[in-house]
Amino acid sequence: MPKAKLESQKKAPKTKAKVAEVEVKVPGPLEELEQKHERKNVLMQGNEAVAYGALDAGCNFFAGYPITPSTEIAEILARELPKRGGTFIQMEDEIASICAIAGASLAGAKALTATSGPGFSLMQEGIGFAKITETPCVVVNVQRAGPSTGMPTSPSQGDIMQARWGSHGDSPAIVLYPDSVKESYELTIRAINLSEKYRTCVVLLLDEVIGHMRESVLLPDLRKTRVISRIKPNVPPHWYKHYDKDQKYLSPLASYGEGYRFHVTSLTHDALGFPTNKAAEAAEMMARLRRKITYNIRDLVQIESHQMEDAKIAIFAAGITARSAKAAVAIARSEGIKLGLLRPLTIWPFPDEAVRKMLQDVEAVIVPELNQGQFIREIKRLTRDKSEGNVVGLTKVNGQMLTPNDILRKVKEVM
Amino acid sequence: MKNYEIRLSGSGGQGLILASIILAGAAVIDKRHVTQTQSYGPESRGGSSRADVIISDREIYFPEAMNFNCLLALTQEACDKYLFDLREKGILIVDTTHVKNIALAADNTYELPFTDIAIERLGSAISTNILALGFLVRITKVVSEKSLEISLKQNVKPAFVDLNLKALQIGYDLADQYTGGNQK
Repeated sequence: MPKAKLESQKKAPKTKAKVAEVEVKVPGPLEELEQKHERKNVLMQGNEAVAYGALDAGCNFFAGYPITPSTEIAEILARELPKRGGTFIQMEDEIASICAIAGASLAGAKALTATSGPGFSLMQEGIGFAKITETPCVVVNVQRAGPSTGMPTSPSQGDIMQARWGSHGDSPAIVLYPDSVKESYELTIRAINLSEKYRTCVVLLLDEVIGHMRESVLLPDLRKTRVISRIKPNVPPHWYKHYDKDQKYLSPLASYGEGYRFHVTSLTHDALGFPTNKAAEAAEMMARLRRKITYNIRDLVQIESHQMEDAKIAIFAAGITARSAKAAVAIARSEGIKLGLLRPLTIWPFPDEAVRKMLQDVEAVIVPELNQGQFIREIKRLTRDKSEGNVVGLTKVNGQMLTPNDILRKVKEVM
Repeated sequence: MKNYEIRLSGSGGQGLILASIILAGAAVIDKRHVTQTQSYGPESRGGSSRADVIISDREIYFPEAMNFNCLLALTQEACDKYLFDLREKGILIVDTTHVKNIALAADNTYELPFTDIAIERLGSAISTNILALGFLVRITKVVSEKSLEISLKQNVKPAFVDLNLKALQIGYDLADQYTGGNQK
């Protein structure tokens, strides 16, 4: 049986949550898994997993505008948040939703919203606001097919580049992408953790199929799961700087209502949060936004290497397409074809190092994706000494999934 | 057992997705790996609807059924569309209330007017899905009937549990009658 190995790019700081992820990843009869973890399996939907992941990470504020295929997230949180002392607000639209969660976060809440493509487009402005004001929040985008309202109940991976570049002004991005119901739970917790740690808006991308799919899930032990909350300032209020550059790019964050007075503006600002046009201050702010990501690549990037040890041909795929790819790998291996899969759990920042290594190790890379070629541009960007011809795309945009056979056919074409 | 793939197909409003959730829930109680996916249009009634359940002893990679071990078709359109993806020696169960032509004779075909039976014995077509599910489970034995009943109680509103348990039982009985009680 293929043993899936979950690894961070190089050696990321080992958190307890990560260890738990590796353990539970071992496939086998459910009974064995249950005994090993002394936990019960449940049938759970991807959207449900996101909602419960959010609650378990301490999310206590949701503002949103329900939209297929993400509606269940709002539905469950509308029911569960008030029970736990949290707040659920259905806003008039997605622009208001993103603004509401940014505001709630500034008042100390762990805030999240969920949407799909049309709403995600409307939220871009607010996402940029959260990024420039370094306000922690999480946006879940359960992708649907097609531009505009497209096909609400069909899968697509069309928002990969939008999640990176959707917001104007050259802002940084952290985007996570699960491939199963269980991982949707884990990555929701991780998204909230990262948003709190790096004080930014983190995006969680889901495929429609993952959001709506139900699977038998053995959730990780909450006691072993690390939940991160923002660092609070330990200085008296009059010394507090909302954007403190001395704190290694992860500065403490005060909340409104705690006695700290600070100014928040979406204009380029100085350390105290007041607007500035000075070149030096602007450069400092932009550098801080960038370094939060680039100095912490190893903490942010997570990849899964599936049967890559001796692979001659590799597949690079994320989300539901990676599930098709895993099935394709199993079939190919049974036919003696040395096929492997590299799967990013964090798609932005892009796992450059792992992809470069993959390009060195294998003869060809196949990039299947449910769009007209978004990931493949990133892979081609990293082909230095190799010809781009070794990177082959495979796309599908008709609202259906790529099947294992689709991928296998492409593998045999390039062999 | 390797993957056992089941497709429940028909039109929106027939309760196929609920039936698939109950079936998948039963598989979890049986401690099997399971995925349940669905495909439907934006409308809540009408339009084609299908739900796939894959049950396995190992981790399931691709969650969509491709070569079904069992196909339940409640409409002519669904039967025409999916019949050719039925595996060799696969089990075909059709509702003859709506399915009048079967394009290809499958090895194991079960034909019954499930909708008519539901109307006649339960007073409405609303429980056709559960009735057919009971039939399917007794024929395929893909999950234990005990787990199926627990799962049904977990997934159906309390007020409708009795009606649905009755529908399930009718489904079981129909299967026994159909096979003369000799189903292995």
